[in-house]
Amino acid sequence: MKRVAVVGVGQTKFGEHWNSSLRDLSTEAGALALKDAGVEGSSIQALYIGNMSAGKFVSQEHLSSLAADQSGLLPIPATRCEAACASSALAFREAYMSILSGQYDIVVAAGAEKMTDIRGETASAALMGAADQEWESAIGLTFVGLYALLTRAHMQSFGTTREQLALVSVNNHKNGALNEKAQFPFEVSVEQVLKSPMIADPLRLLDCSPITDGASAVVLASEEAARKFEKPVWIAGSGQASDALALHDRQSLTEMLATKAAAKIAYGQAGLSPGEIDVAEVHDCFSINEILAIEDLGFCEKGKGGSFVEKGNIARDREMPINATGGLKSIGHPVGATGVRQIADLVRQLRGECGKLQINGAKTGLALNIGGSGATAVVHILKAE
Amino acid sequence: MTYKSSVPMFWRLQGSKYRLVGTRCTKCNSVFFPPRSLCPKCRRKGTVEEMTFSGKGEIISYTIIRTAPEGFEKYVPYAVAIIKLDEGTNISGQIVGNNIEGMAIGMRVRPVFRRMFEDGDRGLIQYGIKWEIDKGDSTS
Repeated sequence: MKRVAVVGVGQTKFGEHWNSSLRDLSTEAGALALKDAGVEGSSIQALYIGNMSAGKFVSQEHLSSLAADQSGLLPIPATRCEAACASSALAFREAYMSILSGQYDIVVAAGAEKMTDIRGETASAALMGAADQEWESAIGLTFVGLYALLTRAHMQSFGTTREQLALVSVNNHKNGALNEKAQFPFEVSVEQVLKSPMIADPLRLLDCSPITDGASAVVLASEEAARKFEKPVWIAGSGQASDALALHDRQSLTEMLATKAAAKIAYGQAGLSPGEIDVAEVHDCFSINEILAIEDLGFCEKGKGGSFVEKGNIARDREMPINATGGLKSIGHPVGATGVRQIADLVRQLRGECGKLQINGAKTGLALNIGGSGATAVVHILKAE
Repeated sequence: MTYKSSVPMFWRLQGSKYRLVGTRCTKCNSVFFPPRSLCPKCRRKGTVEEMTFSGKGEIISYTIIRTAPEGFEKYVPYAVAIIKLDEGTNISGQIVGNNIEGMAIGMRVRPVFRRMFEDGDRGLIQYGIKWEIDKGDSTS
């Protein structure tokens, strides 16, 4: 198969942007990515942008053309991709496949979300659009509630403890404390997590990723075009899979079958096993999801994710560094921007540009972006060479 | 959204929301609640027909919602569970009653007809099925 590389990355600061709108954020991220790549806008042939719900968050649909216009990229084709919180991993994958198809040589994949222009309760209801509207949202479930149901099932089946869950947030905040783009760049202790307000038993406030504004963008290039760039990072595998939208329709409450299916494809394409991944960005929207990801990506046996975290294996200086730049928990989770933010962070790791957060000698990286409560999973594997 | 809606989206769900009418595939006998119009195993080779569920079942996971989405603020705290119905499929539902703090996985539940949601003081009032702990039924 032909190869495709990421040749430029950009990310706005994640957080509450009172002075920037959705269009400002997407334009800023795109400009940063083009600057990083050292490429002119006139070379960009297509734009794919991930966005979950601008219609509900800022009453703006048709974001694709708006972003192309605001970025000065008219009249290139612009396409919005949506799979809830996995929207921009989808945009990245579509951009990748558009180059593989032979149609284009240089393409931008981006993601953007503006979530703080409406009240938290309204944003929470908007996010529930990613679940089953007739049978989950209608009974007052929230996303914390859905993941609380998964947490309880995992605790019951495998004895996963509250402290093990808290350690996920502790690890990610420890890393994010050194990330200047993070929304919450400070450390938290196990005690702080366990004393934070209960949101949906057994999940507490500090188990949850925040509501965030932000945007991210990357430039992709075909193998031939990538030779002209300084530090291409190669896409070695790309897998996407689906599961039932509603938790009650899933075959299992203790594993994400979509993650397993997407990971199998990506590992197969890359010719790598879980043990050969040097650094991973996984979707820690809630603490339980990082434990599920660790198991379902094959970093440890099913049911052992909690003790894997407790042993400290996911720390930056240990065998399987996970969310080395802070994860969704500390960096923030502008839902439609997270997937490409994960890719951008992996690219910086594989280029060796992460400073204090650098995983020394990292040559392979994996990103897992999840939509909703697990109905979409997208896995990408990147290689330095 | 479950609020600011007009009648049709609730009207068409009356059978399933009020009386637990689901469906069953006549070819492979898979049962579906919520109802499906196509059996995912047999697809076009199967035929589904209506089937009414008892609503009795067992809690397989649960939570208590303490921070609610818009429209549900006045109900907190409220309990939500995934229930394995005796007929062999799962459904999400609210658990009501005065003993929700004592909920546990494996407990038996039975359905009760309740008001589900009020869309402000002028909008629609929705009714449907919630569940309560069934202490008299220990068939599990």
